[in-house]
Amino acid sequence: MMALVFVLTGCDRLLVFDPKGPQAERQANDIMLSIGIMAVIVIVVMVILAFILFKYRASKQPDNYEPPHIEGNKWVELVCVGIPILIVAYLSFVSVKSNYIVEATPEGYEDQEPLVVYAASSDWKWHFSYPEEGIETVNYLYIPTDRPLEFRLYSYGPITSFWIPQLGGQKYAMSDMTTTLHLAADQAGEYMGRNANFSGKGFAENTFNVTAMSQADFDDWVKEVKETAEPITEDTFEELLEPGHLGQMTFTGTHLDFSPAPEHTDSEMEDMDMEDMDMEDMENMDHSGH
Amino acid sequence: MEFFERFAIPNPSPAIYASMVAIALVSIGIVVGLTYFKKWGYLWREWLTTVDHKKIGIMYLVSALLMLFRGGADAIMMRAQLAVPDNKLFDAQHYNEIFTTHGVVMIIFMAMPFIFAFMNLVVPLQIGARDVAFPRLNAISFWLFFAGAMLFNISFVIGGSPDAGWTSYFPLAGNDFSESVGTNYYMLAIQISGIGSLMTGINMCTTILKMRAPGMTLMKMPMFTWSAFIANVIIVFAFPVLTVALIMGTTDRLFGTQFFTTDNGGMDMLWANFFWVWGHPEVYILILPAFGIYSEIIATFSRRNLYGYTSMVASMVLISLLSFLVWTHHFFTMGQGALTNSIFSITTMAIAVPTGVKIFNWLFTMWKGKIRFTVPMLYSVAFIPLFTIGGVTGVMLAMSAADYQYHNTMFLVAHFHNTIIPGVVFAMLAGLTYYWPKFFGFMLNEKLGKVTFWLLTVGFVLAFFPMYITGLDGQARRMYTYSESTGFGPLNMLSFVGAALMAIGFVVIVYNVYYSFKNSSRDIGSDPWDARSLEWATHTPVPEYNFARTPQISSSESFWDAKKNGHVLFKGELEEIHMPNNSGVPFILGIIFFVAGFSFIFGLWVPAIIALIGVFICLGLRSFELDHGHHISVKEIKETEEKLGGAK
Repeated sequence: MMALVFVLTGCDRLLVFDPKGPQAERQANDIMLSIGIMAVIVIVVMVILAFILFKYRASKQPDNYEPPHIEGNKWVELVCVGIPILIVAYLSFVSVKSNYIVEATPEGYEDQEPLVVYAASSDWKWHFSYPEEGIETVNYLYIPTDRPLEFRLYSYGPITSFWIPQLGGQKYAMSDMTTTLHLAADQAGEYMGRNANFSGKGFAENTFNVTAMSQADFDDWVKEVKETAEPITEDTFEELLEPGHLGQMTFTGTHLDFSPAPEHTDSEMEDMDMEDMDMEDMENMDHSGH
Repeated sequence: MEFFERFAIPNPSPAIYASMVAIALVSIGIVVGLTYFKKWGYLWREWLTTVDHKKIGIMYLVSALLMLFRGGADAIMMRAQLAVPDNKLFDAQHYNEIFTTHGVVMIIFMAMPFIFAFMNLVVPLQIGARDVAFPRLNAISFWLFFAGAMLFNISFVIGGSPDAGWTSYFPLAGNDFSESVGTNYYMLAIQISGIGSLMTGINMCTTILKMRAPGMTLMKMPMFTWSAFIANVIIVFAFPVLTVALIMGTTDRLFGTQFFTTDNGGMDMLWANFFWVWGHPEVYILILPAFGIYSEIIATFSRRNLYGYTSMVASMVLISLLSFLVWTHHFFTMGQGALTNSIFSITTMAIAVPTGVKIFNWLFTMWKGKIRFTVPMLYSVAFIPLFTIGGVTGVMLAMSAADYQYHNTMFLVAHFHNTIIPGVVFAMLAGLTYYWPKFFGFMLNEKLGKVTFWLLTVGFVLAFFPMYITGLDGQARRMYTYSESTGFGPLNMLSFVGAALMAIGFVVIVYNVYYSFKNSSRDIGSDPWDARSLEWATHTPVPEYNFARTPQISSSESFWDAKKNGHVLFKGELEEIHMPNNSGVPFILGIIFFVAGFSFIFGLWVPAIIALIGVFICLGLRSFELDHGHHISVKEIKETEEKLGGAK
């Protein structure tokens, strides 16, 4: 048990327990809480088991001992149902609350305008478009600290999962729907980001670097990119989509102009009724059927 | 030449060529051996054409053990590749094929036949029946499973293995991203064995509902039979979903339909939904019979009746219902929104309640008991804490907001191995040791059994517990390698050591079978463990007809009552027994399905159509066949009973 605590909280902390943003912190707290409760359950079961095995082992009992016939006891069984229900109810409460927190603008950042970044995956790269800034990068991500980030995720190919463990949990990027992931960084620094969902041969190296910096530094970087980088064209982008690995790249403009993100979004899915969805699906099919 | 190119391996390596040679040599060895010892007739009469549930059970058992070694070889290769950072043992493509086949083989071709083995061996005996309800259908189920398993296992030497993970998510598994025939193997092999599983489900449900001995009401069924019943009900509801999904996947790959593609209105996530609507109930199909086996073993070796019989049954019914209401938890991160995730988070955690009830019931079964630490009991005792850890990490994963951090990581891998290995694999090995004497007439060596037990338990802990930690440190699953700077190295090396210990443990099992076959006493009686349920009330080895007279049942432990409380199990005179005839058609159907599957995989339409016509001919012939089975005369029964040591 001590070893466990040490490993989880020690000086060399595991990524998930070393959060640098409010969403990751919420998740790390949930995880610690559940580990605590679960550890108690496991210990209780182990203690009961050890006690019973020690006390009722055959070698300790007289030869003529004949165990009794016991059908069960209503009260004992009620307790065995009741306590787990209480634990599960409490964890459900925490879980539901956290769901709404991680699916919204991070707490404490509600009054700020979020930075929107489109993150698209292709075999086996990440393309980051900053539509408001009018720039695009490949395989690296610069973000301002202390500002909400809204990632719009989609994929040119297999399903991938966009994950920066120290800023928050992952979400899928798919080819027929745009999903939204709300994150924020409290501290400047470099973080690991990767595709967490298996997507074929180049999956293991499907990573990207995240650098969080102050808004001022971020603005300087944007300005610098606009002055120095080449514009992205449809032809260059088509080349970038070819399967393989690329280093880090920087462009002005974004691919959203000629290759926009899928129209379906996860937020629209929540409040759209079935009829609308069917209609729209049919329209889409008509357009793309040729 | 162009025709033959499709059969070539897309990514050959020396290991694969070596396997080709090994497969060829073993096949030739078997053919030569059978011819030399003149065993073809024996093989045909006693095994290939049998409809006896006990022999079919043994064939399932042998297949499951073979597949355990196949899947285990995959596992040790994976752990070896990841043992050190930047390892060059396998490249990405090979690693992807290895973990894909590991998953499919272990779930579909190891765990499934293993539970079918015990259902076949034990259920008819536990309910006092002479066979299953549809014995020939049972043989067809087995041969379809076997055809599927063989088809899947030749993939790596003919045409290439599937490489899109055992979940085979589209569009990765579609033609655009998975060009070899590998995923065709996945679709067809699982389809063929899946049809067999569905038929077993129907067969077992019918058997349990209609063929129980007089006096055995539903609430007097032994717990393993109850668990088998619930598992088969789940099979009947879950497998059709898989069948449909696999057909859609197959037509996507072979005929250009667009169910799961990225354009033309295809929905890639539809596959994920279908897969898990089958896939989650599937894990309960595996774990419930395992629970049943543990219930039998813990009661026997605590020398006590099972505590809380009614709540045991109720919790299994509840688990079976909930198992269909949780599939979305496999992709909380798909973006369904907070409301959907909250609902599935709660339903998933709810499963912990009935499962917890079972854990406490097993504990209370041992309470005031007289516990003997035999090998089957050791597995059961280790199962309780280890499975509890697997269960509570499941509750952790069910917290969907936190799951955004666990998903797709080694934490998840640790969790499901933590439930499947102590849950299912330990149960199968416990059951193997427990039921071995009933079907083979000698006990497995206890000392070697204990060596295996400790190797597996320690190996398991070393192999899988480190994964919880590396998962929380950001190690994604299915990465064929990682860099040294990640710091995953030492813990992955520890995992490899654990996996190696487990591998040694499995080898000791094989040696144990050999050693015990040579050295164990054959004079063990019919009830070597002093057990409680009906399967121990007949002779060892079990005669073809199981019970000379149908037993009369008074409780869920009638055999124990007969031993201790003077209950009379067998009353009345011997009567003629009606038994089903053997048939070669199931075996032939298996071959035809194999040919059909192979032809579809490679798009060979002429043989595919011929094979499908063959299937319909077999079905048609059956409709016109007059086969009323055969009768065993009272004289024959008496002779058999005397030979086995007195009438029962």
